Amino acid sequence: MLFPDGLAQLPNAMLTWLALIAGLSVVLYFAREPAHQAILTLSRILYRALRVAAAALMRGEGVLRQRNREVLLAAGRDAAERMVEREFERIDGAVHRGLGTAPALHRKMNDSFNEIMDDYTNSADVPPNPPGWVEAVDAVARIPSNGDPVVTAILQGVQDTLTEERDKAIKAYREASKERHKRLQTMVPGLRGLLRLLASLDKSIKGLTQRTEIVDRQIEEYESILRQEDSAVRQLSSSSLIQFFVSAFVLAIAVGGAAINFHLIARPMSEMVGGNSLIGTVKTADVAALVIILVEISMGLFLMESLRITRLFPVIGALPDVMRRRMLWVTFGILFMLASVEAGLSYMREILLQDELATTALLRGESGVAFGGDFVWITTAAQMGMGFVLPFALVFVAIPLETFVQSLRTVLGILAMGALRIVAAALHLIAGVLRQGAMLIEVYDLLIFAPLWLDRQVRAGFGAGRRAAGMPAGEAPTIREMPS
Amino acid sequence: MRPSLKPILAAAVIGAAALSMSACSDPAPQGRGIYLLMDTSGTYTQELRKAEQLINAILAKLDPGDSFAVARIDTGSFSEKDIVAKMTFDDRPSQANRQKRHFRETIAKFIREVKPAGHTDITGGLLQAAEYLNEKNPGIKTVLIFSDLKEDLKKGYIRDIPLQLLGFDIVALNVTKLLSDNIDPREYMTRLEDWQRRVEDGGGAWRVLNDFDRLDRILTASR
Repeated sequence: MLFPDGLAQLPNAMLTWLALIAGLSVVLYFAREPAHQAILTLSRILYRALRVAAAALMRGEGVLRQRNREVLLAAGRDAAERMVEREFERIDGAVHRGLGTAPALHRKMNDSFNEIMDDYTNSADVPPNPPGWVEAVDAVARIPSNGDPVVTAILQGVQDTLTEERDKAIKAYREASKERHKRLQTMVPGLRGLLRLLASLDKSIKGLTQRTEIVDRQIEEYESILRQEDSAVRQLSSSSLIQFFVSAFVLAIAVGGAAINFHLIARPMSEMVGGNSLIGTVKTADVAALVIILVEISMGLFLMESLRITRLFPVIGALPDVMRRRMLWVTFGILFMLASVEAGLSYMREILLQDELATTALLRGESGVAFGGDFVWITTAAQMGMGFVLPFALVFVAIPLETFVQSLRTVLGILAMGALRIVAAALHLIAGVLRQGAMLIEVYDLLIFAPLWLDRQVRAGFGAGRRAAGMPAGEAPTIREMPS
Repeated sequence: MRPSLKPILAAAVIGAAALSMSACSDPAPQGRGIYLLMDTSGTYTQELRKAEQLINAILAKLDPGDSFAVARIDTGSFSEKDIVAKMTFDDRPSQANRQKRHFRETIAKFIREVKPAGHTDITGGLLQAAEYLNEKNPGIKTVLIFSDLKEDLKKGYIRDIPLQLLGFDIVALNVTKLLSDNIDPREYMTRLEDWQRRVEDGGGAWRVLNDFDRLDRILTASR
């Protein structure tokens, strides 16, 4: 009696559900064979459909991969061309600076060399020899006098003359040597100058060699890109991802700067356009401040384009130089004007703040309270400075923006490829599960486990009875063993 | 023949412009409108210093574009003459600050020179407040009643009129207890209930506030 008591304690709704499940199990049990057939057919259809869908997705992924590769290579080629072009410009500059003066340098070296040669030739001059009669006199002077006073006097005179001539010769020789030393001394600055010229020439040549090595490397990369090598694609993809994250980081900083700029000018802007009018649900003053900042960023973009630092607008880059230079000055002028307006608004902001603080203090009965004191000028000057500088700082947003836009294409392509691969793999997996339909049949049988258990018990009892009667058992195949 | 896209684009631009203009031509009411009724009858004049502080606090909280009016409750309050000061603050913050200072001076002068009224016509003041705020049509309409809510009409004045206060917030401030209330508190409660019923029957929202800090929160929340 325990079971009926337990049933009685169950709520009616639960009993209803139990009865419904039992009835459904019985119905499903009797519909087992056609249901298994239907499951098998449906599994085959779904398997094929999912395989086709997965194959289509993989084909799409392949097309996307090829397209990404092309875009990446095109971007890499463009960047490599720009780099090589820039390097050649630098080489041109170095050649003009270092070797442009080569003829003058050569002339200078030639002059120095001639001067040194002259000095050298001059320094080789020997002192004049003593005259030839000196030897004759010397021979006469060596004749013995034999005590004859006349001869002695003559010989004495000859000796004196000889001594005098020798002194003269020594003096002349010394002077000649001095002159040679002097000339050799004048050669030293010439030699030093020559060395300096050679050193500068050597430096220029070394610089050029280094540049050519860089160009060689870049040309190799460029050729690798042109050959569409996988390594080049991998390198470009990797650098593109790095550029994406770095530029996103810099852009986030720029957004912070723009937000500060906005707060600097939004409040005083209400003094110009009114603090209560709305455009939609946004205050007109806020919209005006935002527009000023956006115009500044746009001018910054145009300025960078005019300087050919960025290439977001090919039209600007393709303009004639005169027009481009005009555009540069116009955009700079507008930017300068807006920066001045911002500085003025920042000043106005401080005045408004002080006025509001004073009014609030007065309304609270705190008259005579001084705000800021002597240091107000510091915050005022800082605000004005920020108001003037921030627009110019925002100009440089163009560089990370260009990088971000260019690398975004690659990143989106990679993400789309990844998503397609994941979906295709999931479809493959589901198709694999559905391939034989066995799993769904097992699930179906799980729902009707109770009738199946009874079915087995009945068949087992029937087999045992037949065996007891000496009849062969096993003539009652279950539905599961029937061929599908 | 290939159809040209130019007329379609032009029509789209004109349509967008017309839509934006129509959106701008009928702006929704915005800003706040506050009307303060000050009871100047009998002994309640002693409470007017508090009212002055309250007005200054409200002024500090108001923004450019908001409307504020202060009126006295006297024998016959359904009159523009009872409005002590009224102002719709300029869009420009600097000008609005100047107006606030001027408003404060006007109220201070009034508080200094006010003389007690013989009777208390709160209903008349409420009718005048509704008229003023409906005319201004702000986004939020609030009437503050600085009074003990004891109406004392002069003979012959008819004030048994249903109030039209749909969309109005009526806040009773500093509702002081009278001597008779102390004797029989039911009188005080009945008085409050009567006013609540009249306001709510007229479509308005009623509340009583004796703590001014809460008023500060209400003014901040209604921005």
